[in-house]
Amino acid sequence: MSILVNKHTRLLVQGITGNEGLFHTEQMVAYGTNVVAGVTPGKGGEWVLNGKIPVFDSIRIAVEATGANTSVIFVPARFASDAIFEAADAGLELIVCITEGIPVQDMMRVRNYLDQKHARLVGPNCPGLLTPGETKVGIIPGDIAIPGKVGVVSRSGTLTYEVLYALKQVGMGVSTCVGIGGDPINGTSFIDCLSMFEDDPHTEKAVLIGEIGGSDEEKAAEFIADHMTKPVVAFIAGQTAPPGKRMGHAGAIVEGGSGLASDKIKALEAVGVRVAKHPEQIPDLLK
Amino acid sequence: MKLHEYQSKLIFAKYGIPIPKGRVAATAGEAKQVAEELGGRVVVKSQVLVGGRGKAGGIRLAKSPNEAEDLATEILGMEIKGLPVRKVLVDEAANIDKEIYLGITNDRAARKPVLMASAAGGVEIEEVARVTPEKIVRVHIDPLLGLRDYQARDIAAGIDLPREHWRSFGQIAKGLWGAYRDSDANLAEINPLVITEENRLLAVDGKMVLDDNALFRHPDLAEMRDLDVEAPSEIEARKYGLSFIKLDGDIGCMVNGAGLAMTTMDIIKLFGGAPANFLDIGGGAGAEKVAAAMRIILSDRNVKAVLFNVFGGITRGDEVARGILYALDEVKTKVPMVVRLVGTNAEEGRQILANADMITAETLADAARKAVAVAKGGEI
Repeated sequence: MSILVNKHTRLLVQGITGNEGLFHTEQMVAYGTNVVAGVTPGKGGEWVLNGKIPVFDSIRIAVEATGANTSVIFVPARFASDAIFEAADAGLELIVCITEGIPVQDMMRVRNYLDQKHARLVGPNCPGLLTPGETKVGIIPGDIAIPGKVGVVSRSGTLTYEVLYALKQVGMGVSTCVGIGGDPINGTSFIDCLSMFEDDPHTEKAVLIGEIGGSDEEKAAEFIADHMTKPVVAFIAGQTAPPGKRMGHAGAIVEGGSGLASDKIKALEAVGVRVAKHPEQIPDLLK
Repeated sequence: MKLHEYQSKLIFAKYGIPIPKGRVAATAGEAKQVAEELGGRVVVKSQVLVGGRGKAGGIRLAKSPNEAEDLATEILGMEIKGLPVRKVLVDEAANIDKEIYLGITNDRAARKPVLMASAAGGVEIEEVARVTPEKIVRVHIDPLLGLRDYQARDIAAGIDLPREHWRSFGQIAKGLWGAYRDSDANLAEINPLVITEENRLLAVDGKMVLDDNALFRHPDLAEMRDLDVEAPSEIEARKYGLSFIKLDGDIGCMVNGAGLAMTTMDIIKLFGGAPANFLDIGGGAGAEKVAAAMRIILSDRNVKAVLFNVFGGITRGDEVARGILYALDEVKTKVPMVVRLVGTNAEEGRQILANADMITAETLADAARKAVAVAKGGEI
C-alpha cells in the first residue's frame, strides 16, 4: 500500500519531448510506471519511445484520449506555472512538478488558484514520488529503495536518495517516498503527507527530512503531537548554514533569526520525534 | 538580489511614490554639484548593500555644497561592514515630523504577499517585531487580485495615521504593490515613509530585494547587480551554473544536490571539522562543470582537504570521476582528496579514479571522518 501514487496511476508527462522529460519517461517506463501520454504544445500527433507513448498538444485532449489522472512536469521554469494551471484546469487530481527555479510570485498565484480547485500539487523543485515495486513519478532512482512499511517525506532530492539507500542497506522497505520540494511556496506540505501516512494501513513509521528555512517542520511537530500515533524519525539539514544565504534551494534560508535548524530540531524532539545526527543513523532510530 | 537605495527609489518614483529630489554621485565633485543644484541642506548617503549605514557614519547632513563635498570625500573613502562605498546619494534634506514603516514581503507560511506598516518607522522592522510586535499591522494580499483600496485604508487606520493623509497613503501603498509585483520582488520597503513639517508624505529611504529566479524577465533589473557583495569565487561559480557559498573552514566540499550539500557540511562539523564552502554541482553535472567546481574550491588557500560526495541519480559517477581527473591534471595540487561515489555508474567512477591518489570512502560518515583526519594533517 502507499499514498498518492500506486499501480493504478495513469501518468501524463508534460514536456515529454525535452531532454529531461524523455530521459525520465524512459526510466519511469522501465520501472513499471503506466505512462499513458505526453504533452508538448506543437508536437501533438507524434509518438515517443518507439511508438509506445502518444504526444498531444494539450492536456485536455490528452486526458480525454487516455484517461490520465496524474501529471508530472518537466518543462522549463519560465513555462512551468502555466503548465501547472493547464493541468489543474484539465481536472487532474495530482500534479507533480519537478522543475526548479519557478519565480516565487508565480508560485503564490499558482498556490492560491489551486486552493480553489480540487487539484493537489507536489513540488515544485522536487524529485517526485516513489512507491517501490509499483510506480515512480519523477526522478528518484528506482533501484535504491525496496517495498516496505516506512513512509518518507522530504524537502530534498539527493539527500532523500541517501536515506532510501541507507534503509535498503539494512533491508528496510518504503511504502511511499514523497519529495515535497525545496521551494518556499509549494503544493503539498509535511503535514499533508504525515496525515496520509497516518491513515495508510500499510505505513507503520514515518521519516521526515527537513532543512533550514520557513517553519513547516515546526508545524509538522505540532501535528505529530496532536494527530500521529505512528512513530516519526527526522533529520534536519543545514545546521552549519550561515544566516542570510540561500543554500541552493530557494527555500533554504535563515532570515531574521527564523528558519534555524536548531529550532526545528528542538520543536521535533519536544514532541517525542527522534532526530538523527546524520542521515545514516535513521535506520537505527527506526528499529 | 538586493538593489541599492537609489535604485529602489527610482523604481518607486515610477509608481507615483513621492521621493526627495536628488541624484547619485560617484565623486565628491559630483556630489557638490548635485548639492548646488538642489540648494539648501542635503543628506549625503552611502550606497552599500548592508544595514546600519547611519550608525557607521555613512549618512550625514550637509548645510552647504562645500560641506557636501567634504562629507562625500569622507564617505566615499569608507568601508562599511567590509564593503567599499562607491557611490553616494545626495538628497534634499526633508523636514521630518513623523516616521512610518511601510513594506511588502512574501509570507511563506500564508503563501501570500503581506503588507506591513508601523507607526514606529526609521528602525529596522525586525527590531520592532522583536521589541514591540503590537506596533506592526499587517494585511495579506491576494496575489490573484492585488492590493485593494480598503486594505490600504485599514492599514492607515491601524497605524493611527491622520485621516487627511489616507488618500496619499493609499496611493503610495498601491504604488509599492505595483513596484513589488512588476519587479518580482521578495521585498519592497519604505523605511521611513515620513510626514514632513509641510504635512506631505515622502519616501525618504527605500529598499528592494528581487527574486533571482525571476530575473530572466527583467534584464534591465538584472544589470543592476552589485558584485561587491559577493565573494569572487561565488561570481565565478555562477558563470558555470554552480551553487556555491564560501565559508570559513578548511574542508572543501563538492556535492550534488543542495540538501545533501548542507548535510555534508553538517556531518563534517559533527566529526570535528569545519567546511570551507557549500557547493551543489547540480543534477546531471558533466566533467567540465566538475572541473570548474574543483578550481573554485582549490582557489581558497585555507582548504586543507577536499571531500567529494556524489549520489548518482541524474548525475553519473563516471562523469564526475572524469571531471575530477581533468581538473587535477590542470590544477596540480597536493591537497588530499576523499571521494565517496554511490548510485548511477559509481563503480565505473571508482575504476576511473583507481590510479589517482585519492582516499575512498563507503559511507557518508566514513568520508567525513577521513576528511577531518587528513585536514588536521593525520594519516588514514
